[in-house]
Amino acid sequence: MPTGNRTARLAPFLELTHISKRFGGVHALRDVDFDIEAGEVHCLVGENGSGKSTLIKIIAGVQPPEPGGRIRIEGRDYAHLNPVQSTHCGIQVIYQDLSLFPNLSVVENIAIGRHLGRPRPVDWSGMRRLARAAMERIGVALDLDARVADLTIASRQLVAICRAMAADARLLIMDEPTSSLTRHEVDALLAVVRDLKRKGICVVFVSHRLDEVLEVAERVSVLRDGAKVGTFEARDMNDHKLATLMTGKEFHYDLTETDLSDRAVVLSVRNLTRAGDYREVSFDVRAGEILGLTGLLGSGRTELALSLFGMNPPDAGEIRLNGELLHLKTNAEAIEHGIAYVSEDRLGLGLVLEQPISSNLVVTMLDRLAGRFGLVAPAVRNAHVTRWIKELAIRVSNPENAVKTLSGGNQQRVVLAKWMSTNPRLLILDSPTVGVDISAKDGIYEIVKRLAGAGIAVILISDEVPEVLYHTHRVLIMREGRLTAEFAPHRSSEHELEAAINA
Amino acid sequence: MREGLQRFTRTHEFWLLIVLIVIGAGLTAADSSFFTLQNLFDLLTSYAFYGILAAGLLVVLISGGIDISFTATASVAQYVALTVAIQYGATWFTLFLMAALIGIACGAVNALFIRTLRIPSIIVSIATLNIFYGLLVFVTSGRYIYQLPDWFAHGIFWFEFEDANQISYGINLQILCLACAFLLTWILLNRTNIGRQIYALGGNPDAAQRLGFHVFGLNVLVYCYMGFMAGIASLVQAQLAQSVAPTVLVGKELDVVAAVVLGGASLTGGVGTVFGTILGLALLAIIQNGLILLGVSSYWSPLFVGLVILVAVSTTAWSQNRKHRRMVAA
Ligand SMILES: Nc1ncnc2c1ncn2[C@@H]1O[C@H](COP(=O)(O)OP(=O)(O)OP(=O)(O)O)[C@@H](O)[C@H]1O
Ligand SMILES: [Mg+2]
Repeated sequence: MPTGNRTARLAPFLELTHISKRFGGVHALRDVDFDIEAGEVHCLVGENGSGKSTLIKIIAGVQPPEPGGRIRIEGRDYAHLNPVQSTHCGIQVIYQDLSLFPNLSVVENIAIGRHLGRPRPVDWSGMRRLARAAMERIGVALDLDARVADLTIASRQLVAICRAMAADARLLIMDEPTSSLTRHEVDALLAVVRDLKRKGICVVFVSHRLDEVLEVAERVSVLRDGAKVGTFEARDMNDHKLATLMTGKEFHYDLTETDLSDRAVVLSVRNLTRAGDYREVSFDVRAGEILGLTGLLGSGRTELALSLFGMNPPDAGEIRLNGELLHLKTNAEAIEHGIAYVSEDRLGLGLVLEQPISSNLVVTMLDRLAGRFGLVAPAVRNAHVTRWIKELAIRVSNPENAVKTLSGGNQQRVVLAKWMSTNPRLLILDSPTVGVDISAKDGIYEIVKRLAGAGIAVILISDEVPEVLYHTHRVLIMREGRLTAEFAPHRSSEHELEAAINA
Repeated sequence: MREGLQRFTRTHEFWLLIVLIVIGAGLTAADSSFFTLQNLFDLLTSYAFYGILAAGLLVVLISGGIDISFTATASVAQYVALTVAIQYGATWFTLFLMAALIGIACGAVNALFIRTLRIPSIIVSIATLNIFYGLLVFVTSGRYIYQLPDWFAHGIFWFEFEDANQISYGINLQILCLACAFLLTWILLNRTNIGRQIYALGGNPDAAQRLGFHVFGLNVLVYCYMGFMAGIASLVQAQLAQSVAPTVLVGKELDVVAAVVLGGASLTGGVGTVFGTILGLALLAIIQNGLILLGVSSYWSPLFVGLVILVAVSTTAWSQNRKHRRMVAA
């Protein structure tokens, strides 16, 4: 074991041995051994579909492992767990989708455990006390009576953490808690994680952002194709080594200068203003150009993007596409003009989770695929679906399965495929690689470059500085609704960009 | 308190209440016989059957399911319970117990098919509607029962009083059962952990499963509760009609669905309140009643009801879309 150099080893809180799991033909986990020591922060990394979420579901008792595995919690052995047992052992999981009840209030979501068990009257005041105490423990204040559906994703995340606190978690497992958060919110979350650790609570953390993994973790376990590559001390690791362990490949990006000044201007924005969102924004994007746009939460990036996509009409200023003045009122008009938008909130806007993968892929293309009488021939539809599954290397066992059976990263690829296939003139990507593993990211960058190479203008919005630095031709920084700086990547550094963002 | 009031003004119930008041005021102005004790008393009595069913259906909709077999369940329950009562004698208590148990049994059949075979509830209940109804009509050859036991035909009348025109009012069987049904449902949904589990289940079934909710048990409870209400409602209706007819109830299920949906319950689950359901039912009742008072041919009634539902549901959807857009932009 690579952890041999660790000196005073604590007794493990949880120990898994010989855990395997199959779903039909898919071998999601193969003979995995895994342990969590009392009071540690342990990160779990791996590519999309490598089995991280499956491992977590087994610990949570939501899915049984194949016979032959063993789960030992504080010295007691189990062949498999059920959700009630695992809760009883102090295991709390915050799933990728958060598993909150959108129709219920914050109080009820936090104190939902109080609703379990024998029929009895609801103790509303007890629930409020419990919810308040849980919020105090992690130092947040949320409106107790707000409906969870009306909260931002970041607040929902906090509700989920409070729920775990209210259930007296001793092991808190977070499955990609940061994938829908901005940098700022991630920092706040990591502070909470450190605080939990100080209180003696073990934390298992799944993430695709390797830098943040290394920031909080003591140990890192790497999964590849359902098998464990190993468990490593975080201080011996860097993101480059981790990426290689996860994929077995090396990744290296160069900064090159590309001269695009002779290309036609596709999008031209002049003095665009929307009260409360952004002010006096002017910029151009040329054919074949990838324009990076970054800034803190609330800087107005997403609002600006939505305006370009017809979903958030500006108050003043003009938007021109290929010289033609646009007054977009709906996103349907924007799509008609050849604008595509891959949203940040893929679960809310990008996908119909209950529907088959194939239907999600063709939904933006129905008009174009349709033959006579407006019907889409099955063969045409299937050819389209097969092509895009291959093009973006989406890992599916059957395109007719519901999208929600895909791993998070593969869901993101479906969204991308859906929009890329419309062959847009302007493609706006809002945080396209959130929750996507490193080799899939690489795939997405390749695709974006290929699209730009074919003459499409691309706007890439991202929180991650390296992403905009290495994969765009030009970077704009947005701060408090204004464009405050412009960088040419080959003449800038990550450091300079960070400074401009936080200025 | 202030804050609570502000929250209330943003709810579906608030808008329903306004619409109800406006239509009510309009009808009062147009026809002096609308806002009279007599008319309101008659309305309450005649819509009690729908109200009791609506209470049961509300619970099913909140859990994320749907049931439309309840009219057939009610037909079976009233026919069997009253036939037994005529043959062997019964008391109020045993009669209601029989009807309730038959209703619960029918509900359990629904729940069993829905959960164990994972067939969508709409399909199962369409099938069971036809099966229950088909069996009943086959066995009874559609014969009516007119000779109800005297004590039953007589009904109950509590706190009786007369107005100037010597018309008597009081708490009759219909009003009593209606009030009990709404009260019981309100307590279940808002004051017990089981009710809150039903909301949670409707809001996010996957999460409920993961948290270790007893999903199967909840489903059985919900469909049996619907069956129970159908059993009670069936006797209320038989007492009012003074007869039992195996064929008159089936066909009314969509009116009940309409009232509950109008009241703000969502067909996708997790949303709905007893207060909203009462308002939805009241709106349906006064529109139908108002049209009759205004002398509009009863053939127009379905058209108006349909329009009101469409308008109510579209406004809610529209305001939710706007809210969603604002969230996206925020
Ligand atoms: N319920 C299921 N039915 C069928 N296949 C499944 C199911 N759940 C997971 N899988 C498959 O098991 C494999 C592992 O999936 P898992 O969700 O554990 O991956 P992951 O490591 O969490 O990926 P991501 O980083 O994308 O979230 C994938 O190939 C996935 O498609
Ligand atoms: Mg996962």
